[in-house]
Amino acid sequence: MQFTASKQPENCLLGPESDSQRTLYPYVTGTSVVALKYKDGVLMAADMGGSYGSTLRYKSVERMKPIGKHSLLGASGEISDFQEILKYLDELILYDNMWDDGNSLGPKEVHNYLTRVMYNRRNKFNPLWNSLVLGGVKKGEKYLGTVSMIGVNFEDNHVATGFGNHLARPILRQEWHENLSFEDGVKLLEKCMRVLLYRDRSAINKLQIAKITEEGMTISQPYSLKTYWEFSAFENPTQGAVGSW
Amino acid sequence: MTVCLTAFFPCMNRIQLGQSATSKVAANLIRLLSYNNKTMLETGLIVGGWDKYEGGKIYAIPLGGTLIEQPFAIGGSGSSYLYGFFDQAWKEGMTKDEAEQLVVKAVSLAIARDGASGGVVRTVIINSEGVARNFYPGDKLQLWHEELEPQNSLLDLLNSSSPEPMNI
Repeated sequence: MQFTASKQPENCLLGPESDSQRTLYPYVTGTSVVALKYKDGVLMAADMGGSYGSTLRYKSVERMKPIGKHSLLGASGEISDFQEILKYLDELILYDNMWDDGNSLGPKEVHNYLTRVMYNRRNKFNPLWNSLVLGGVKKGEKYLGTVSMIGVNFEDNHVATGFGNHLARPILRQEWHENLSFEDGVKLLEKCMRVLLYRDRSAINKLQIAKITEEGMTISQPYSLKTYWEFSAFENPTQGAVGSW
Repeated sequence: MTVCLTAFFPCMNRIQLGQSATSKVAANLIRLLSYNNKTMLETGLIVGGWDKYEGGKIYAIPLGGTLIEQPFAIGGSGSSYLYGFFDQAWKEGMTKDEAEQLVVKAVSLAIARDGASGGVVRTVIINSEGVARNFYPGDKLQLWHEELEPQNSLLDLLNSSSPEPMNI
């Protein structure tokens, strides 16, 4: 096998390759996070899988974590980078608490901080390989935003990462409305998560739903969704296909 | 290199805090080596230890530097063949001997199928009493599918008193 050093073209603006560290690819990854605003705050759902390529390697990964008093962060992508982000946020919240001035960082501020971190890393070609969802409530105002690994950020009434963008958001666009009750919100999220379970190969059937309101934040115990497979076309796949088996 | 630096951390802990590092602290420090050098290192680690606060703990540190606490962990090239095995065979609340037999069996199964595994099985048991090491030579391990009892020579088979049935 011939090994050739990577060659940059003459007119390249990149510096010497040897002295820069860059994350090239993720290893242990989490799949979609889906979230929506409802009457009392924000609901967020994510499964507990940590995939290693096509292997469903870790099945108890908590991909949603509370941040301070008012926010909830969900992440998809490289888990080690998510753990690092949690460390950064821990420092940020600690610093904020040390002021002891009665103020506390709200979801909008945390989202802004994350956006800056993600975008700056992207500019150095060493991204944190995550798509983040940040939700929360502060002083009665509900907030739900998202940031990607290249720094694209926005807020909306419902957001999703990864496959969730393609499979869950269309459902949410149809069925989300202002002032959803907790029960309706959970059912809607479960509808999205079920579709993802059927169609996303990295999804596993073990998920948590987190709720954040003015009062505080709770994450549900891990649980599994029922699925339906008894279609006649599955039980008799060759019916109508003469000669097939 | 990771291993060399790993020996340094508990010493620092002892100097600064007056006692050995807890398994969680050791795992978190080791994880930094993996995470901060993720483009250059290609090593999957498992950190296991015992401390008086949390008892026995296992931390897996796969490629990339994720840290994940687990009741059991597997890794390495032969581990591909063990995912199904552990899904079935691992149970909560095993005794020390049950657990040791399980890991020996697991490594033995990996050796059977993984070209990059072989030779001997070495175990380390870490608990409140300390660290105990055991050694299992490869030829003393249980035989699996399509594996045969080792013989000294064909001649022994030919000369044995009762005719050996043909191995088809």
